[in-house]
Amino acid sequence: MAESQTSNQGRLAENILYFARALRAAGLPVGPGAVLDCLEALSVARIGDREDFYWTLHAVFVKRHEHSILFDQAFRLFFRKRGYIEQLIATMLPEAAKTPPKPPPPGAQRIQEALTGGLKECEEEKQEIELDARLTVSDREVLQKKDFAQMTAAEIAAAKHAIAKLALPLDLIRTRRLATARHGHMIDIRRTLRASMKAGGAVIDLKYLGPREKEPPIVALLDISGSMSQYTRLFLHFLHAVTDARKRVTTFLFGTRLTNVTRAIRQRDPDEALAACSAHVADWSGGTRIASSLRAFNKNWSRRVLGQGAVVLLITDGLERDADETLGFEMDRLHRSCRRLIWLNPLLRFDGFEARAKGVRTMLPHVDELRPIYNLESMTGLVRALSGAPAKGYDPKTMLKQVA
Amino acid sequence: MTLTPLPTSIDATLALLAKADYVADRSLATVLYLALRMGRPLFVEGEAGTGKTEIARVLAKTLGRKLIRLQCYEGLDVSAAVYEWNYGAQMIAIRLAEAEGEGDRERIEHDVFSERFLIKRPLLQALEPDPDGPPVLLIDEIDRTDEAFEAFLLEVLADFQVTVPELGTIKAAHPPIVVITSNRTREVHDALKRRCLYHWVGYPDAKRELAILRAKVPGIAKTLSQQVVAFVQALRKEDLFKVPGVAETLDWAGALTELDVVALDPATVSDTLGALLKYQDDIARLDGSKVKALLDEVKSELRAAE
Repeated sequence: MAESQTSNQGRLAENILYFARALRAAGLPVGPGAVLDCLEALSVARIGDREDFYWTLHAVFVKRHEHSILFDQAFRLFFRKRGYIEQLIATMLPEAAKTPPKPPPPGAQRIQEALTGGLKECEEEKQEIELDARLTVSDREVLQKKDFAQMTAAEIAAAKHAIAKLALPLDLIRTRRLATARHGHMIDIRRTLRASMKAGGAVIDLKYLGPREKEPPIVALLDISGSMSQYTRLFLHFLHAVTDARKRVTTFLFGTRLTNVTRAIRQRDPDEALAACSAHVADWSGGTRIASSLRAFNKNWSRRVLGQGAVVLLITDGLERDADETLGFEMDRLHRSCRRLIWLNPLLRFDGFEARAKGVRTMLPHVDELRPIYNLESMTGLVRALSGAPAKGYDPKTMLKQVA
Repeated sequence: MTLTPLPTSIDATLALLAKADYVADRSLATVLYLALRMGRPLFVEGEAGTGKTEIARVLAKTLGRKLIRLQCYEGLDVSAAVYEWNYGAQMIAIRLAEAEGEGDRERIEHDVFSERFLIKRPLLQALEPDPDGPPVLLIDEIDRTDEAFEAFLLEVLADFQVTVPELGTIKAAHPPIVVITSNRTREVHDALKRRCLYHWVGYPDAKRELAILRAKVPGIAKTLSQQVVAFVQALRKEDLFKVPGVAETLDWAGALTELDVVALDPATVSDTLGALLKYQDDIARLDGSKVKALLDEVKSELRAAE
């Protein structure tokens, strides 16, 4: 009897293990600890039906809202066989152990096969689904993958060196936390008291606290449309290096749609990171829809990533085909939701560039700073362009006046 | 004093929540039941106004436990969240010791850094034994504080203990029931989430929203409640910057009953739209004709359902 229970539980554990593996393959961060948690949860939950089973697994394996969809798909595919979950649930009920040991249920072998097969199928089907979704969005989009030339060791070293010098304007924000400071403005009573204790309380040696400063989060919005394609690699390389050096960097790519590539770009190796970005994004070197991409950002992401005084780096040439009032509206909203909006425009390196294009004119009033890049061949040039005070003549307001 | 026992099944959890007029769906009851049984913190995330904080309140009320709330904000530090020494009292104690001619430094230090001078803040309070049973600790809107505080919470949530350098480690004999909420204004680190059971609180479907509305606004007329829920549900399908949550639905229904409205008409909806939509662009998008079209649609659907 005891033996049957262990074997039953063993089978359950095995199934959960396979399921966790399927989830991992689908991209959910599921560690071995989660499998143990899941088994514990299943044993305390005393599950009645399929729905409870679903939500118990969901409670343990899903740690992000966007993973719910993946979990749902994986669950459906994995436990597709009718009556299979019921069987699993039956193995967990204490009554199941009381019944005399039965011969293995018919089809146990088949279920095992279906499971291992199901794993492969699940991945394949998921890919298909993704492809379908891509093709339905719009026929105007050019969907293609991008191959980046690999980074040379010298390039990587130069990038690291340059990024270390990067100092964005207003790059330190005062937090509301306090830190030990020699000439602070508040008395640190705790340390004062400890220090005066040394002298038996006779002398009170005042210690001070001052505000702690830290770097604000950076949110980069990078245009990857056709007109920007020659700079994309450099910018991605730059963003990878910045992500490596700073704590809070979020990166979005947009052409005709918006993609969050923060996770992909966080990979240690720049080549791998760029390849992962390429795999994530479907609209390389296609058209530009700045307004709709900004709209997507404002609606779905701005409230999630623009907290705590974020600086937004908008990297685009501003060449929007159909620039109408929605572009101005979304730029305005973006401008109002972040602490500082810096527009980095690679077109500005050509002498005599004037803000003639309608898109550029629409966007200009809503940015805090417009940064030109004189030398876009190297990371050093890029870092120099972003650091320090803005060059004269590139103030958005003066540029607007020139046009008018 | 007898303790209210924890629910023993998912159905019992559902019934417990219903007792305090909290209409939960089964997924929430499942994860809550697991959190209670496994002694794990519950991490609830969702849009504003979907009843995240309410979960902790209802839990404390129905289980008869004390609710300890830690509202997170930027710059929240240990002295506001865990403990602080009562410096004034310590100074006096030192002076008194001097006046009595006590010269032993070790002795003064030992006396001054004792529990008598410790001011306990929410996290430490939650670790203390309570005659009503372990309290419910609500860590509200954790996304408002910074990563440093999150990292600090790891120790507290993993082992339910806090270290005060001068006193040593204080450990809870019976761990509190922990509910953490987040509005997702930033991503909370996976390390913290890993220790918790996660649940996303979404907008309810029409049936559940109607049940919530009737439980929370008891005096509401039947037609009005149906119309209100159908209208809000239709509004959530619109392309708005911030769609209304359940809290807004309740506010709106409350406002309409105060105005003695028995059925919705376009003029009343337009006048009271401020209770539902909180962004000027959204309100501007829903002009008179749009409201009328939505309302007509809602009414014809309701008529068809009858």
